[in-house]
Amino acid sequence: MGKFEYAPAPESRSIVSLRESYGLFINGEFASSADGRAFKTISPATEEVLAEVAEAGPVDVDRAVAAARRAYERTWSVLPAKERGKYLFRIARIIQERSRELAVLESLDNGKPIRESRDVDIPLVAAHFFYHAGWADKLEYAGYGPAPRPLGVAGQVIPWNFPLLMLAWKIAPALACGNTVVLKPAETTPLTALTFADICQQADLPPGVVNILTGAGDTGKALVTHPGIDKVAFTGSTEVGKEIARECAPTRKKVTLELGGKAANIVFEDAPVDQAVEGIVNGIFFNQGHVCCAGSRLLVQESVYEQVLASLQRRLATLRLGDPLDKNTDVGAINSAAQLARIRELSEVGEAEGAQRWSPPCELPVKGFWFPPTVFTGVSQAHRIAREEIFGPVLSVLTFRTPAEAVEKANNTPYGLSAGVWSDKGSRILWMASRLRAGVVWANTFNKFDPSSPFGGYKESGYGREGGRHGLEAYLDV
Amino acid sequence: MSAPVDIRAGAGSSLREFLHGLPGVDQVGAEARAAMLASRSIKTTAKQWALDMAISMIDLTTLEGQDTPGKVRAICAKAKRPDPADPTAPQVAAVCVYPDLAHLAAAEVKGTGIHVASVATAFPSGRTSVEVKLADAKYAIEAGADEVDMVIDRGAFLAGDYQLVYDEIAAVREVVEDAAHLKVILETGELVTLDNVRRASWLAMLAGADFIKTSTGKVSPAATLPVTLVMLEAVRDFRATHGRQVGVKPAGGIRTAKDAIRYLVLVNETAGEDWLDPDWFRIGASSLLNDLLMQRTKLATGRYSGPDYFTLD
Repeated sequence: MGKFEYAPAPESRSIVSLRESYGLFINGEFASSADGRAFKTISPATEEVLAEVAEAGPVDVDRAVAAARRAYERTWSVLPAKERGKYLFRIARIIQERSRELAVLESLDNGKPIRESRDVDIPLVAAHFFYHAGWADKLEYAGYGPAPRPLGVAGQVIPWNFPLLMLAWKIAPALACGNTVVLKPAETTPLTALTFADICQQADLPPGVVNILTGAGDTGKALVTHPGIDKVAFTGSTEVGKEIARECAPTRKKVTLELGGKAANIVFEDAPVDQAVEGIVNGIFFNQGHVCCAGSRLLVQESVYEQVLASLQRRLATLRLGDPLDKNTDVGAINSAAQLARIRELSEVGEAEGAQRWSPPCELPVKGFWFPPTVFTGVSQAHRIAREEIFGPVLSVLTFRTPAEAVEKANNTPYGLSAGVWSDKGSRILWMASRLRAGVVWANTFNKFDPSSPFGGYKESGYGREGGRHGLEAYLDV
Repeated sequence: MSAPVDIRAGAGSSLREFLHGLPGVDQVGAEARAAMLASRSIKTTAKQWALDMAISMIDLTTLEGQDTPGKVRAICAKAKRPDPADPTAPQVAAVCVYPDLAHLAAAEVKGTGIHVASVATAFPSGRTSVEVKLADAKYAIEAGADEVDMVIDRGAFLAGDYQLVYDEIAAVREVVEDAAHLKVILETGELVTLDNVRRASWLAMLAGADFIKTSTGKVSPAATLPVTLVMLEAVRDFRATHGRQVGVKPAGGIRTAKDAIRYLVLVNETAGEDWLDPDWFRIGASSLLNDLLMQRTKLATGRYSGPDYFTLD
């Protein structure tokens, strides 16, 4: 027992009114699935069933795509651009007004700490809508010609790690550019997307402009392969991304994919050590490591390896793991049993391959899906835990000697989504940034997002950019 | 054959190299960390503990030109019994006064365990000769102060004359000897950058400081969370490398219980719980005490009483 034990400080659940069951959101209304199928969504922290959610089949996909097509042709694409902007501004403001409800719901359904959903996810969601609302009537200045046209109906499939934020990344630019959407949230985290449907109703968004279909892989497949779709946007695993690319290759569909990552977080000997340690923690333990751009490979210059590792281990001992709704929780629950199994499997592989495994003393709750913050040292490029995306709170530590070696090791991966560089020397940061093959290079920070900054990958991390002026291209006929 | 040059930390001409060899501080990152820790939610039993701990860490301060014997007696009375309505309220750690009033304070708090801190070395600007500064410190001790809060020569520090700053601290240390605790005021509001704060912290510790203190309270900004974060990192690292624990005292601008609790969280998650003790962490303040008492009463009774229910001093 420490001297200063923080008493439980749970955020109240009372602001969320969960329904027993949720329908599909098609043409501005909630409806059950054609075949009546449904599935349950649970809280990964307690395994408590939160609600039952309709599972969309091919018939529902047909209906949703048809509704989106009608809305595109009759309403959304002919609406003056500044009116589209007004709807997006309205949605952004409602998100701000309902931010506490959305944050609590996100933490319940996803397992992430309320501090993250409250301070990161939901503010960024609102920011994305505000940012793109501003673009709606200024597209002629985006650099794609005098009057860029929308594509039509977008089919969008998003992951479970940042449920509402990924929805915002997809829906805000699509709508700003004049497209209509059919979006499928992940099967383990459908609740904030369904609340977003409610927000669309509250904002009087014309029916069919946004359609939300809940379901698992089959629903997603039916959506992206539907012939009525003009544009496919997917964020998720590289495996599924490749399948989508194959499916869409022989079609006229425009595709953007934001896939996996195995980012290098590179710490030089002249780095501001205390802040670098915060950056390492934020890079891999933020959102339980369920981040495609997570800094899962720590590359430390050998001359400061001992010092950085000691500081990191001391810092990890202060991480607070537990109830996602407690305002003092730093590390929440793993999103699903399946993901937990994968993290466990790869961690065991790491040990079997000879890397040294370390976790701070840390009590895991009995119910729910939990994994302690874990650091592997003695990792080399040849280890599977240095190559494969674990998508969990597991850090692999490697060392390097020279800047050139750091670049070589950082780039020696099938992925290329993000990278971090820690150094007090500006010229070295620029030198590194021009050589790292990653969509985002953070300098003396990590996991910082802004709607005005484009995000996307090299190589197997996908193609296309989201956010910023660059992100508009994905939803315009250019 | 020439002899090898001694380049150990703190030895003569290498002082500058040592201080400039300390890892830099990224200001954006340090501010973000301090802001994150400030968002900790301290409730119920934790709050109760923190309020009492904060009260017991206060250096109750009066440092005005208009200070009189009457005023000093009044704050000493307040220090001994902060809340006359509630004897369970702990007493503060020390009273902090100018040297010419230290004898009064010493007489008032005698036998209570409350320390008498006196500012010295031409507080607050430190702009006078070394002789006068040393005499000032000596005067404070002779008057009965058992803690001396000295100021560093910020002009010399900013001019890069670290040796001069070091020598002055070491000289005061010698005058003070074991008669009193030596708190070294960095006046971080004049050092401005966090790199300077880290260097000045190490400089003071190497020269023999028992405590490092943020501010005189006469310069704005006084204590801030990011500055205190960097100083807490410095004492933590200094103990790890030099084996000696040094205390930290933020002073000035901490007025509410909420602020004070944020500092305790910062201590807890940066230097660690060894510093959660009035021997190792102090808060230089005056009006803070009543807000802590008010929150304490609120927690115990469930009701807020007005400011008139707490004594002014």
